Amino acid sequence: MRFFEYEAREIVKRAGIPVTTFGFATTPEEARRAAEEIGGPVVIKSQVLTGGRMKAGGVQFADTPEEAAEKAGPVLELVINGQEPRGVLVDTKAEVEQEYYAGVVWDGIRKQPVILFSDMGGIDIEEVAEQHPDHVGRQHFSNILPLSEFQAKQVVAAVGVTGPALNKLVPIIKRLAQMFVDNDLTLCEINPLGRMADGSFVALDAHMDMENEARARHKALLEELGVGDDETREAREPTAFELAGEAVDNASHRGVAGNVTEFDGNIGLVIGAGGGSLTLFDAVRKYGGKPANYCEIGGNPSVEKACGLAKLVLQKPGVEKIAVMMSIVSNTRVDIVARGVIKACLELDMDPAEKIAIFRIPGAWEDEGFKILKKYGVEYADRSVSMHEAAERAVEKIGGRAA
Amino acid sequence: MRTDAIFIGIQVDDAVAGDAELAKRLDEACPVDIYDGSEGVVRIRRENVDECVLCRLCLDASPAETVKVIKLYDGDAVLT
Amino acid sequence: MSILVDSDTTFIVQGITGREAVNLTRECLDYGTGAKVVGGVTPGRKGREVHGVPVFDTVAQAVEHHGRPIDGSVVTVPPAFTKDAVFEAIENAIKLIVIVTERIPRRDVAQMVELAGLRGARIIGPNCLGIIVPDVIKMGGIGGPAKDAAKAYSPGPVGVISRSGGMTTEMSSTLTATGLGQSTAVSIGGDAIIGQTYAELMPLFEADEATQAIVIYTEPGGRMEAELARWTTENQSRLPIVAFMAGKFMDEMPGMSFGHAGTIVEGIQDTAAEKIARLAEAGIVVAEEISEIPGLVKQAVSERTPV
Repeated sequence: MRFFEYEAREIVKRAGIPVTTFGFATTPEEARRAAEEIGGPVVIKSQVLTGGRMKAGGVQFADTPEEAAEKAGPVLELVINGQEPRGVLVDTKAEVEQEYYAGVVWDGIRKQPVILFSDMGGIDIEEVAEQHPDHVGRQHFSNILPLSEFQAKQVVAAVGVTGPALNKLVPIIKRLAQMFVDNDLTLCEINPLGRMADGSFVALDAHMDMENEARARHKALLEELGVGDDETREAREPTAFELAGEAVDNASHRGVAGNVTEFDGNIGLVIGAGGGSLTLFDAVRKYGGKPANYCEIGGNPSVEKACGLAKLVLQKPGVEKIAVMMSIVSNTRVDIVARGVIKACLELDMDPAEKIAIFRIPGAWEDEGFKILKKYGVEYADRSVSMHEAAERAVEKIGGRAA
Repeated sequence: MRTDAIFIGIQVDDAVAGDAELAKRLDEACPVDIYDGSEGVVRIRRENVDECVLCRLCLDASPAETVKVIKLYDGDAVLT
Repeated sequence: MSILVDSDTTFIVQGITGREAVNLTRECLDYGTGAKVVGGVTPGRKGREVHGVPVFDTVAQAVEHHGRPIDGSVVTVPPAFTKDAVFEAIENAIKLIVIVTERIPRRDVAQMVELAGLRGARIIGPNCLGIIVPDVIKMGGIGGPAKDAAKAYSPGPVGVISRSGGMTTEMSSTLTATGLGQSTAVSIGGDAIIGQTYAELMPLFEADEATQAIVIYTEPGGRMEAELARWTTENQSRLPIVAFMAGKFMDEMPGMSFGHAGTIVEGIQDTAAEKIARLAEAGIVVAEEISEIPGLVKQAVSERTPV
């Protein structure tokens, strides 16, 4: 789950890291008041969960509160990469001597967090790492031993920073690492971390993601920041079709019909499980098929849930037929899914034999499942037909009539 | 009494359908809530009949031959 | 032979009275020569039995009852309690822990893995189905009920490592259908941080005489494939590897997660295209479809075996 910059800044501030005075505004008038409180030149920054704000015109400068209100108006209206801004951040325009970078991410190979530090801030850290590897310091730290100051010191010293700057940076970096751990973040970045004329350091921008699985243990923080339980904060907002998919999944507790994602093709997919869905979606596309959706069934769903998902997909505009396919199942039952998808067709007054292009789910209770499919004349396949063959067959049946 | 859904039919011998004890046992045994024993008689929740997982727990909970689970998709084969 | 487990392996099931755990216990007891499930743990349920397996309140009680150290544990407790359960297993000298539970925050996983490393224990998972040695033992839900597992898995020379539990069975079944059995198949889990990666299991397969080739299932997200590529190159592995990569479509959808928690394209190195290139550089054959895997394995093995 991604935080907006104004939320991320608040978390940074609470962690004891110096930030410039800032305010959050959703109207020009609020922006004017925020600028007044700051009392000097300000920066107005669009609050969206996407990059490229500067290029899009989502960052503006103002010298007076009146100018701040004036500049905030258009920024509040500006859609960036399809996203309407949540508001604007009104920030002190700081006189920076030098920009640094400080961040923490997970290293899945070492299985520890790693602190990244650079004296070349203000640009993308991946770019710095590639072009100036000696300007990026890395320091892993333990998951069970307490975080120690020397670790922060090492990562700063690694890029050659010394003197008063080093001593001022160490507590900031240590707090940043502690903040990463305490808030179950998967990524946090302060970029730039500015050194001011007086030698002090201030966080000028912050970027962070909290792990979805850990949201429950940060309820208090999320509530204080005003993050609603229903805000997914995914890379893009869920569509109505995707929300309907979620409703199907939530309607009964047995099994999973998850991750329903909308695409614009004509082949409806009722597929599973995790790895199976990834494989099958690729397979349909490999054979020239255009999927209408992605989904993952698994965990032995009820007939009702399989039926609900199939109905949703069958009714999606543009869907001609559905393909019901999974990798070999051992927990989910073939007969239950067969009942669900056939029931969906019948209840929608559709002929299962015509609407279900292929049913390829081998495994648990397949003998019972195949009896059901046979009765309704649905083409089915056992494990001797590979996942790719099944996908190819589904695409063939729709006969390249893709839109 | 007999209740048929799309895939599964449930038949309970009328001679035992009024047995409160049996109704309670069936209600507790069925993992997908097909039987409702709350009113002291065996009732069948039609909307759940197709959820039957063929577990046989209702057969074990009732006197022989009094409860039948019928597979409508398999030539009305009776679950044994 | 096999890796990680064999017919003598003893293990417990933590969270044994849960619905899925009861099934899993039955499956393990029924499969192969019958797993030695020497106990189960659910706090407050001491004195019960699950399919004849005695239930205890603590791991220490299970160990005491067994009278000797216990080799492994299958952990199936809810996410909020998993870390404590795994710590309990590790501190009671259990050396192999299979974590089935999904949706555990990665900070917790990282803590468990680090403690395991300090104590010389090994974690498989989380979010995995466990380990199977065909016809001998299964530890976890892998392959499902014994009779279904017997359909898909057969003994033989291929080591299988997979980030997807279901695909472990799909690939093994495809191998079995062409007469290629498996030495051991390991479902390593689909999370961003897992106990054992491909590269960490490779030395075990390398040392296992029964294993002559490796088949892996991989997905976008993370650097595990690059680590494997590096390992095979640096160690001049005797084992040919055939890989299958799912989720190629995700390269076009950065920032979105599909399939498993760890499957997300955040940077260029996470993409399927980049991973395929890395694997190929290290001499690892990448199959386009699952059905090509058996042929590629046979070919790779014959190329390596002196006539």
